[in-house]
Amino acid sequence: MDGIKISIENLNLYFGKQHVLKNIDAQIPTNKITVIMGPSGCGKTTLMKSLNRLTDLNPDAHVSGSIFIDGEDILQTKDDITLIRKKMGLLAQRPYPLPMSIYNNIAYGLRISGRRKKKVLDRRVEHYLRQVSLWEEVKDRLKEPAGRLSIGQQQRLCLARGLAVGPEIILADEPTSALDPISSQAIEAQFNILKKNYTIVLVTHILRQARRLADHVIFMYLGEVIEQGSAAQVFENPQQEMTKSYLKGMFY
Amino acid sequence: MVNKTLQRVRRIRPGRLLQDTLHGLWMRLTLALVMLLPVLLFAGMYYKSSMLLQTNSLLELIFSGEWKPMSGKFGFYPFIISSLWVTVVALLLAAPICLLTTIHLTQYARRWVLRVMHPVIDILAGIPSVIYGVFGILVVVPAIADYIGPVFGKQISGYSILAGAVVLAIMIIPFILNILIEIFKNIPDELAEASLALGATKWQTIKLVLIKKALPGIIAAFGLGMSRAFGETIAVLMVVGNVTRVPTGIFQPGYPLPALIANNYGEMLSIPLYDSALMLAALILFVVVLLFNFASRLIIIQSEKRVA
Repeated sequence: MDGIKISIENLNLYFGKQHVLKNIDAQIPTNKITVIMGPSGCGKTTLMKSLNRLTDLNPDAHVSGSIFIDGEDILQTKDDITLIRKKMGLLAQRPYPLPMSIYNNIAYGLRISGRRKKKVLDRRVEHYLRQVSLWEEVKDRLKEPAGRLSIGQQQRLCLARGLAVGPEIILADEPTSALDPISSQAIEAQFNILKKNYTIVLVTHILRQARRLADHVIFMYLGEVIEQGSAAQVFENPQQEMTKSYLKGMFY
Repeated sequence: MVNKTLQRVRRIRPGRLLQDTLHGLWMRLTLALVMLLPVLLFAGMYYKSSMLLQTNSLLELIFSGEWKPMSGKFGFYPFIISSLWVTVVALLLAAPICLLTTIHLTQYARRWVLRVMHPVIDILAGIPSVIYGVFGILVVVPAIADYIGPVFGKQISGYSILAGAVVLAIMIIPFILNILIEIFKNIPDELAEASLALGATKWQTIKLVLIKKALPGIIAAFGLGMSRAFGETIAVLMVVGNVTRVPTGIFQPGYPLPALIANNYGEMLSIPLYDSALMLAALILFVVVLLFNFASRLIIIQSEKRVA
């Protein structure tokens, strides 16, 4: 296996007294799709959110351990947290367009990183909307509120706005769970293209989606990593009993 | 087994159906009554005030500053302006406090702080207004007379528009807070997360995304707070001075509409048309509060169309 983008070591996370992530050790390879799978409530989303420290938002959260991204421990870093977050685009379970126009949804992140020239913004907005094949659908209505787009379009808009700030990693939390089959396909197709340039972490509980997309798999249960490895290994030759029964669809 | 149950059901049936209809009817009647109430109130006040309106035009009454009931001159201008002064100043005082408190409670504070604050806010909202009035007389009025007034070079008693506005602000803060907290709690966390993930700081997220998302609700909350302030009577009456004159500054006394009604109704009704004039004041109050509410809702609908 080539480079490791993210390396998680002995990560523990508590919400108050609740022990949500237990001794997590995991590696996420560069420019591959890593799927985190497992039944609901096993800590998949929390693990993903701890990667860009959105868990900081919960004042009751307590984290220990290390998360190395490109060799730097982001839990200990003295760097500006916003710089770490900009390295990662986030795609949530449902699209949450910012309460502004389609254009400004993309321009928002760019403006925040200090790009204010109209020409630059125009060019970039178009570029990223094209990248998610949304440009043709919205080019005449860029000033309209983003909330008027269909859910599938909104999710692609959210992907585009994430890409616009130039991340190296894409974090996607069940990004197709609210979408119709065609929009889901569009997003999945995007991921297969994007993995050439981005490291993608995909949380999903849809087994078929995991099989379709995964290069690398992390299987979690009740806050622990049960098994991890290449997709071929985990799907074809799982080592743990729990993984086997999960893959067969028998789960307690 | 099944047959037996069926028989039992048939046996209870006739009475049940009748009761069902009866209770449905009751509920519809009470609903109609509640919906009729504002209409009846309006009609009653209009009927009473129509006697004054027969001899004077409404515009004339509203824009005339002459209040001489003995000679039949009823100009509401000073009262309307006083009401506007205390209401607007109260809102200006309360709005930033409410907004900042809400943002802190919903975005920064630990959860238990909000859990503690909720009953505190409810208690504040439930305190009888006369107690706020007493607080105004004991604390706010002397503070204005002894400290705030002199800073601005004024020698005053303290009974002023400002005193009324401060007391009002304190009274509407819990009311507005409750609405605002609800609005900010209803914004999904994922929206803030989306903004943060794009590299925004917390403050940028609050300023550019959350407040924008909440804007219709914020405006509505302030609108409702304003209509509440406009109609508040006793606490304002106790500290505002009650001098019939058009106020031109916050250190002058004023005489808001509700105070006018409360102070005089039942007192000097032997004067011709006096009760009719007070009813007209009530009618104006009613309509203005109604308009505030209407406007708030209109703004919500409009901006929801724009933002959502």
